[in-house]
Amino acid sequence: MQRALHIDPVKCTGCLQCEMACSYENEGLFNPSKSRIKVFTFHHEGRFAPYTCTQCAEAWCQKACPVDAIQIDAATGAKVIVDGRCVGCKVCTIACPFGTVNYNSVTGKVIKCDLCGGDPACAKSCPTAAITYVDADWTGIDRMRAYAEQSLAGTA
Amino acid sequence: MAWTRKILRVDLNAGTCTAEALNMAWANDYLGQRGLATKYLAEEIDPKCDPLGPDNKLIMTTGPLTGTMASTGGRYSVVTKSPLTGLVACSNSGGFIGAEMKNAGWDMIIFEGKAPEPVYLYVENDRAELRSAADLWGKSVWEADEILHKKHQDPQLRIACVGRSAEAGCLYSAVVNDLHRAAGRSGVGTVMASKNLKAVAVRGTKGVGNIADPQAFMAAVNAGKQVLADNAVTGQGLPTYGTQVLMNVINGMGAMPTRNMREVQFEGAEKISGEAMHEPRAGDGKPNLTTNAGCFGCTIACGRISTVDKGHFSVNNKPEYWGNSGGLEYEAAWALGSDTGVDDLDAITYVNFLCNEDGIDPISFGATVAAAMELFEAGAITTEDTGGIDLGFNRADVLVKLAELTAIGEGFGKDLGMGSKRLCDKYGRPELSMTVKSQEFPAYDPRGIQGMGLAYATSNRGACHLRGYTVASEVLGIPVKTDPLVTEGKAELVKAFQDATAAVDSAGLCAFTTFAWSMEDIAPQVDAACDGDWSVDRMLEVGERIWNLERDFNMRAGMTADEDTLPRRLLKDAANVGPAKGRVNDLDQMLPEYYALRGWSPDGQITAETRARFGI
Repeated sequence: MQRALHIDPVKCTGCLQCEMACSYENEGLFNPSKSRIKVFTFHHEGRFAPYTCTQCAEAWCQKACPVDAIQIDAATGAKVIVDGRCVGCKVCTIACPFGTVNYNSVTGKVIKCDLCGGDPACAKSCPTAAITYVDADWTGIDRMRAYAEQSLAGTA
Repeated sequence: MAWTRKILRVDLNAGTCTAEALNMAWANDYLGQRGLATKYLAEEIDPKCDPLGPDNKLIMTTGPLTGTMASTGGRYSVVTKSPLTGLVACSNSGGFIGAEMKNAGWDMIIFEGKAPEPVYLYVENDRAELRSAADLWGKSVWEADEILHKKHQDPQLRIACVGRSAEAGCLYSAVVNDLHRAAGRSGVGTVMASKNLKAVAVRGTKGVGNIADPQAFMAAVNAGKQVLADNAVTGQGLPTYGTQVLMNVINGMGAMPTRNMREVQFEGAEKISGEAMHEPRAGDGKPNLTTNAGCFGCTIACGRISTVDKGHFSVNNKPEYWGNSGGLEYEAAWALGSDTGVDDLDAITYVNFLCNEDGIDPISFGATVAAAMELFEAGAITTEDTGGIDLGFNRADVLVKLAELTAIGEGFGKDLGMGSKRLCDKYGRPELSMTVKSQEFPAYDPRGIQGMGLAYATSNRGACHLRGYTVASEVLGIPVKTDPLVTEGKAELVKAFQDATAAVDSAGLCAFTTFAWSMEDIAPQVDAACDGDWSVDRMLEVGERIWNLERDFNMRAGMTADEDTLPRRLLKDAANVGPAKGRVNDLDQMLPEYYALRGWSPDGQITAETRARFGI
């Protein structure tokens, strides 16, 4: 079964454990500025929203890359940067409509979520289950269930 | 390791920023943050210096766990000599700027001297420079924050800033970071403003590494996170109700200081409680509370994000206050509510917004308003003094007006900015000031919680709940339940809490973890992150060393042991209702034993033997 990151922003408290887990997994440092997942704070609205790559089936980044440095991990479906090939041209960062591929000026390569090879550190670190790693074909199942429960109202 | 081993020294007179190595011998003795910065302060300034003069220094400091994945590991403190108490001040804040400093590569920033013109410090990793704050001076924290983010075109910039209250000389101004977290107590913001330093803006992209044993660290961190998640207080109570979970509990046990601490129960407590913040309000059908929020790395997330009803009198013509912002913590709700007799949740939420916007400590402000209300009732203050404001207890409109004046230091707000002690002295009724060492009390009446009386009397920064929170034991049963109405055993309890808290602060962790964590949970995280062995015993020894250092600084600043006391009201006037009815605080039954346990002389002096033991 293929899995996907599923984000429920209502549960997010903005603590950045996910950003630290991501950077620690990928860079060996606690460094939110090098995280592949970002948590956004909407102060006026009182809301938090983690955001990262959705692993598009037909990925703009992959199509745009002139050196085939973005490849599919067959096990997870993740679009993965092959560092040895990436030349840091940044075309993928322009191509991605969601902004989830970004350039790392320290390495001269781009970085994006690769689902940690199938065991995403962000989901493991999240204290409120705002980020989960679930059946890719059923990311809507919690919401469906909630509405199904609502449909019971009045039938009891 | 875990320390970056680097300090940024900012000479405001000369306008220079210089990197220097962290004194690792001191780090080994004082760990970091509160302890280590106090050591620097004690070594570098004359304790007798004018706190608002150029000879005082202001230190922003992180701990070894700040910026790591340890739960709550985002704390930083502002350490300086307090203009409110004249003693050492260490005000701790969460939010995100502490971790950002660490990510930029700095353990500490030391500010010395005074800038000739208003400036702000801009830090981008190794690069640090002072820039003109001409366009920021006279602006609120929220306005300055917006200007700085726009100017630097960097939404990820983290900012700590002082408001207009500090510029106007309010003696309990805070340093506010990330819009609504604050190094709140003892007037650390006033010191910052006195140096013509408006803000510190930091961007750090280097990351925090140097973990001595990464595998052991992550194991200890994950174990710690699990303990917090499984605990009823840190896993459920605090995320759901915030610290406001305490409002009804403390009121029920007759330890809710009310109307300038004349009474010990507040009839309106339920209306301003954590539970009430969840209830849909009459005006717009929405609850006060929008969501809970975590500071950097915090898996508890006790923070409150709230709104005020747009139709409420305080904001109905002020759309800039219709959005969400930092909501009420228990201390703010108590000081702005119970202590002034105001039970209007929207009004105190709005006043809390103002406290964040212009950097006012809501505890000292609320308590000073309460003192002013009693002075007014007693006829010591009249409408001639207040600019025509009729200062009655229980008046939400008066509270709102006074907050607006204090925020900008105008009219009677100027008097209120002096704090309760100086206000009551000025108007000839010193006995009405509910303070220890000139700092206003927090939200636990020591007649109903005896140990807190000793904790307040001996706190190194004046009346304070965060220097020895025996409420944990006396009310919540953590780590063991003790009877709040007895004095026996409390000296030992107070000392244990004081030492442990000093160590927790100095690690860069939040004191609220200790509702669930004992030192057995904390020491392994510090031990894995830092060089050397950091056992439970060593952590407690460091805590005790810090306590003695702070005491020594205060004594050198001119404090006497006679000041280890409480206002007469709490020692002589018995509680009139509730479970503590008939009780006063029996400080004299606890203090001598406390001095003995501390290794101090019967008159409160640190003995030569104790000095030698801790290298003071």
